[in-house]
Amino acid sequence: MTLPIFRADDDPGPSFLEVLRRTGLEPNWGELPRDLAPHEVTHGTTVVALKFADGVVMAGDRRATSGNLISHRTMEKVFPADRHSGVAIAGAAGPAIEMVKLFQLQLEHYEKVEGNELSIEGKANQLAQMVRGHLPAALQGFVVVPLFAGYDLRRGTGRLFEYDVTGGRYEESEFAATGSGSLHAGTVIKMSYRPDLGRDEAVDLAISALFHAADEDAATGGPDLVRGIYPVVATITAEGFRRLPDSEVGDRFRALVERMSQPGSTTTTGTTPTMPGGSPR
Amino acid sequence: MSMPFYVAPEQWMKDKADFARKGIARGRALAALMYEDGILICAENSSATLRKISEIYDRIAFAGAGKYNEYDRLRIAGVRHADLKGYAFSREDVDAQSLANAYAQMLGDVFTHEAKPMEVEILVAEVGDEPSDDRLFHILYDGTVVDEHGFTVLGGEADTISARLKESYTAGRSLVEAVRTAVAALAGPERTLEPKDLEVAVLSRRNGRRAFRRLTDEELAEALRGGEVEATGRPGVPPAEATAPEAGPAGEEPGGEGTGAEGTEG
Repeated sequence: MTLPIFRADDDPGPSFLEVLRRTGLEPNWGELPRDLAPHEVTHGTTVVALKFADGVVMAGDRRATSGNLISHRTMEKVFPADRHSGVAIAGAAGPAIEMVKLFQLQLEHYEKVEGNELSIEGKANQLAQMVRGHLPAALQGFVVVPLFAGYDLRRGTGRLFEYDVTGGRYEESEFAATGSGSLHAGTVIKMSYRPDLGRDEAVDLAISALFHAADEDAATGGPDLVRGIYPVVATITAEGFRRLPDSEVGDRFRALVERMSQPGSTTTTGTTPTMPGGSPR
Repeated sequence: MSMPFYVAPEQWMKDKADFARKGIARGRALAALMYEDGILICAENSSATLRKISEIYDRIAFAGAGKYNEYDRLRIAGVRHADLKGYAFSREDVDAQSLANAYAQMLGDVFTHEAKPMEVEILVAEVGDEPSDDRLFHILYDGTVVDEHGFTVLGGEADTISARLKESYTAGRSLVEAVRTAVAALAGPERTLEPKDLEVAVLSRRNGRRAFRRLTDEELAEALRGGEVEATGRPGVPPAEATAPEAGPAGEEPGGEGTGAEGTEG
């Protein structure tokens, strides 16, 4: 590899994507085939993020599906973007993982070249541009929809951003969910959300949201107590991005299941549905 | 029609070398030392923003002496080289040696073919898992690469400072001792250097994925007083927290194996 030196009037600046473009290494998703059958494309499913008192919790289930098949049980969908931010993905897995990798590199490259980190707005906008750049592939069925969350060191608060397939960037003040189970997960969070949630409460709420999403959506994986596979849960606070150990997530799931198995639990899981107009007694 | 004067190649090269050396000698010096946890780079630099020492990659740092705009351009090229290589292959495949060779080729080409040689001397440092894997590549204005052991000095008065370090340097020192040794050598017997006159950074193997870390003025003052300085983690962030986030979900680093392994299918 030769040293990538550019003329001063032709310099790619602090953007790693621009360097990739100049060196011909940029991934070209525009050449993806059209009309692949559902089982030929692997999809990642449900991820959620919610703000709490000290920052943001992000969580994602571990299932990847290809059509009606489970293609992976241990996929990761929540990643650190840099020290104080994280990114979670749903959608076509191949492009999504590549987008995360490029986003991570883009942030670190900028920091090294410029000597300063991007602001959190700057990071959120970078991701929006990447999603926008992916639109041609999205139109061919390879949709990627990320969530971006971080701790804003300048303002001293957690920040949360949601995207749409056109690169639209929407800052959320409470919580966000994306992927196939997002409707159910989002509703569960909505029912119990408070802005002053503590760290443990917020983690439990995210776990509960993924549990219920898995309960209703076939493409979302629940906790796998047999294999010991649990959703990825991470907190982003002033101390940075920290992934929770599997042991903690497992304990919290077991506690949740315990609570739900109690007689009188509000959950519908495992109880006989009540028919409208009076159930047989 | 005018005829160009004939200049013997020996003279032409010597003139260029003298020109480059003069430019480099005008800049203030920097010293790099191996210590117990990695490599310490210590530069005399009164600017808090125009850096001589920078991070290139997870375990690689760069330092330049001489003309700022020239070595800064080399620094950015190095960051690009490393990031491209890490992206195309894997993070583990990025090493100081190939970067040092790329720099040497480029500096050699410029020295031979261009009218003006670059007035810079650069250092590519890499911290390994063990002290024996630490590397210091000192690259001169004409592309000469020197694989240094223990310590090296770049910039003006390099010979004098080197001679002082030869007296005072021993391997396997603590960070505080290494800082004091380096600063004393840079200052010489007649001067004392304050933290504000210095730019100090380490590549520490105890620092997690990104080994590079600058020392703050407070830490530097503490070290010069002989106090305890850790220099792990990030300034303002407790060490344990600071190294953890980089580890990321797949137990690895952003952009590397970790995201890729599950990734292609996931």
